[in-house]
Amino acid sequence: MAIFRDYNVTPIDHDRAVEDRRRHRQLVEKSIKENLGDILSEESIIGQSVNKKIKIPIRGIKEYEFIFGKNKSGVGSGDGSEKVGQVIGKDKAKGDGKDGNKAGDDEGEDIYETEITLEDALNYLLDDLELPDMDKKKFSEILTENGVKRAGYQKHGINPRLAKKRTVAEKIKRQQAKKKALIEASQGIKIERLPFKNEDLRYHRVKQVLKRESNAVILCVMDVSGSMDTTKKYLARSFFFVLSQFIKSKYTNVEVGFIAHTTVAKEVNEIDFFHKVESGGTYISSGLNKALEIIDKRYNPEYWNVYTFYVSDGDNWKEDNEKAIEAAKKICKVSNLFGYAELLNSYYSSSTTMKNIFEKGVTDKNFISVDIVEKQDLWKGLKYMLKKDGER
Amino acid sequence: MERGETDLDYNLKDLESWNEKIEGIVKEIGLNFYPQEFEIIGYKDMLAYESYIGMPSRYPHWSFGKSYEKNSTVYKYNLSGLPYEMVINSDPCIAYLMKENTLLLQILTIAHVYGHNDFFKNNRLFKDGTRAASTVEMFKFHADMVRSYINDPSIGYEKVERILDAAHAIKLQTARVIGEKRIQGEVLKQRLLEDYKNHNEVHSNLDAYVKLAFPDLNKIPLEPEDDILYFIIKYGDIEEWEKSLLEIVRQETAYFIPQIETKIMNEGWASFWHYNILKELGLPDELYLEFIKRHNDVIAPGYGSINPYFIGFKIFEDILKRYGKEKIFEVRAIERDESFLRKYLTEELCAELNLFEYAARDGSYVISEVADDSGFKNIRNTLASSCGIGTVPLIRVVEMSPKDKTLNLEHLFDGRELNIDYAEATLKYIYELWGHTVTLKTTQLGKELKLVCEDKKISLRR
Repeated sequence: MAIFRDYNVTPIDHDRAVEDRRRHRQLVEKSIKENLGDILSEESIIGQSVNKKIKIPIRGIKEYEFIFGKNKSGVGSGDGSEKVGQVIGKDKAKGDGKDGNKAGDDEGEDIYETEITLEDALNYLLDDLELPDMDKKKFSEILTENGVKRAGYQKHGINPRLAKKRTVAEKIKRQQAKKKALIEASQGIKIERLPFKNEDLRYHRVKQVLKRESNAVILCVMDVSGSMDTTKKYLARSFFFVLSQFIKSKYTNVEVGFIAHTTVAKEVNEIDFFHKVESGGTYISSGLNKALEIIDKRYNPEYWNVYTFYVSDGDNWKEDNEKAIEAAKKICKVSNLFGYAELLNSYYSSSTTMKNIFEKGVTDKNFISVDIVEKQDLWKGLKYMLKKDGER
Repeated sequence: MERGETDLDYNLKDLESWNEKIEGIVKEIGLNFYPQEFEIIGYKDMLAYESYIGMPSRYPHWSFGKSYEKNSTVYKYNLSGLPYEMVINSDPCIAYLMKENTLLLQILTIAHVYGHNDFFKNNRLFKDGTRAASTVEMFKFHADMVRSYINDPSIGYEKVERILDAAHAIKLQTARVIGEKRIQGEVLKQRLLEDYKNHNEVHSNLDAYVKLAFPDLNKIPLEPEDDILYFIIKYGDIEEWEKSLLEIVRQETAYFIPQIETKIMNEGWASFWHYNILKELGLPDELYLEFIKRHNDVIAPGYGSINPYFIGFKIFEDILKRYGKEKIFEVRAIERDESFLRKYLTEELCAELNLFEYAARDGSYVISEVADDSGFKNIRNTLASSCGIGTVPLIRVVEMSPKDKTLNLEHLFDGRELNIDYAEATLKYIYELWGHTVTLKTTQLGKELKLVCEDKKISLRR
């Protein structure tokens, strides 16, 4: 006779999916991050307020295998009224014209669409970025409210704040409790494997604290000359946009200056910097000299940590190259960091681009240059420039 | 279906006494089954079991977590109910009953389970392809092994995951014929030589004489190989622990292949018996009404698609009507879905079931055949060749280049084109395991297309 066992009388841990679910979520989160790189280099977010919600479609983690395409025949059941030639449905692969997205409209594909604020998105990306090489300069420290400090634990939180030790401790607690319960119910003390459960997870609680912070200024210098086409300008702007959002979110006491240049440079306000279109020739030196001028006038390097970032397509007028190197060297002298991002340069041989010329001419250690060949590199570039001290 | 923590209108004793009656009828009918064990579990556990395909212990992999999330979302939004039951091909046969089900559903499920149990024990594919007595141990053993690699400091989670991801991508590219003995090395060479000799000596005078080329006896593989994982295990430059991971995936796939190959028959057989058993059971009126309703739900045709319960149920009824009881037992023992459909899906049945064939045309699906005397053969053939393992494209290893170990694969084109995005991504996984260039020949838009994966990059050659 068949045996019946009721597993609800003595509840047993059946939630063995916890581990695999967590790993799956981790992979989904990773895919969010990868998507964000794309989203944040879209024009539409520039100049948006940080609290604006943006929609991000996230593709489910696909399990690829060899499968048949759409153009196959099949058999179905009907109600007997079917006639040869009757159309019974649309082939989704051909698209209903709504969006030209080539992937993503596959049958059975799981698309999660999450809405997150720009701030959250930035948090994902900028979690381990920091202004590096920040000197504690004399006379320049100010108490700010923007510091955070770990203060205890909580049950919910974001993954970067997972308190691993504490989580393990919680699991052990539960294990001991279970052992005890089993002994009391005199069922022996064998527990083979006790997986983590959601209720074990603990996260660091963070508290805002007063923090001594150094004075810092960021100078954003952008090439807006004619060779910077629309795509490049968008890229440059999103680079600076994220940079400035990052700075605002992390450092209260940081000033930001914006400089746009063609053959001449001028200091502009934030709105003009992100929205105004110009054209003309290119003297890179003009932009850099303007930065030097501003530093000289307002941000004495004795008191200020100075960060200068410059974005261009590297297409300088030849007669200006010498001057540009001179200016770059001077900037390195007065800055904690001089970062240069070169966008989508159209030269086939890279030896003539400004990046190469800078790299040969400017040997200072605080000069960092990155190549941005496609949208996604924007992130790598920014991350590379803004690594925490000593990690680069 | 009742959800949540509701008080049940029955207890374990009720189930046991109904089971006693069912078992009596089952034995009278002549079903031949493994000892049966039922476990009553809550819907949360059912979700988990569903994600791990019934195996309480399976190796860890995120894909099971994904499946859990999917199932629970679907359940939460009430898009579909959970399966009433889950049965495992093991000896003793284990079945899970969901606690939240009504008494009638439990009775129907119990009867249904005996049908599956008998099928597992007697169908040729299960007898030759699986070992029911060691099913549970096998999965447990594999899970322990995978965990031991994960816990090995020189290997770790990510390396294991990398291999499993790739192995999962090609797990269904496996031996298609169950119970066929692999002919190895010298014997196969001998055979190729004999074929060559016979062909060149004996030929029909009616056909043009084509001289066969002398067989290349150094070729690897000597004949095209369906089982890509096997080939990589045998010839790949990978470490021992990686090979054993591939072998684990291969063996677990082998366990599932008979279920893939007999979905229509297996569900049809179980539905046929639950229906006939419950008719005999002397159910009180209100349970009898619920039985008829539930049974009709189970075998509802489903417009535009194929419900295996429905098709299988109807075919077994028809065989019984035409050939008698002995015949249905014989059919359940020796057939698989493809042969089952080819032999027993008659023109009359096609018409009775309102089956039609559709084809893609200019971005729409258009009905290409209906069940009349000219159409039914096409319908039957299309259905038979697109069920079971026929839903998976057949990709074979044709040759491993002796010079640079390039792995050449071919897709055996049967009129159905590959999804190229998926093929490219899958090829990258094969490259991940193989470590040398991998190529795949297929047909797209009537022309040959070659996909080449070098250094994880794909190029297309037309």
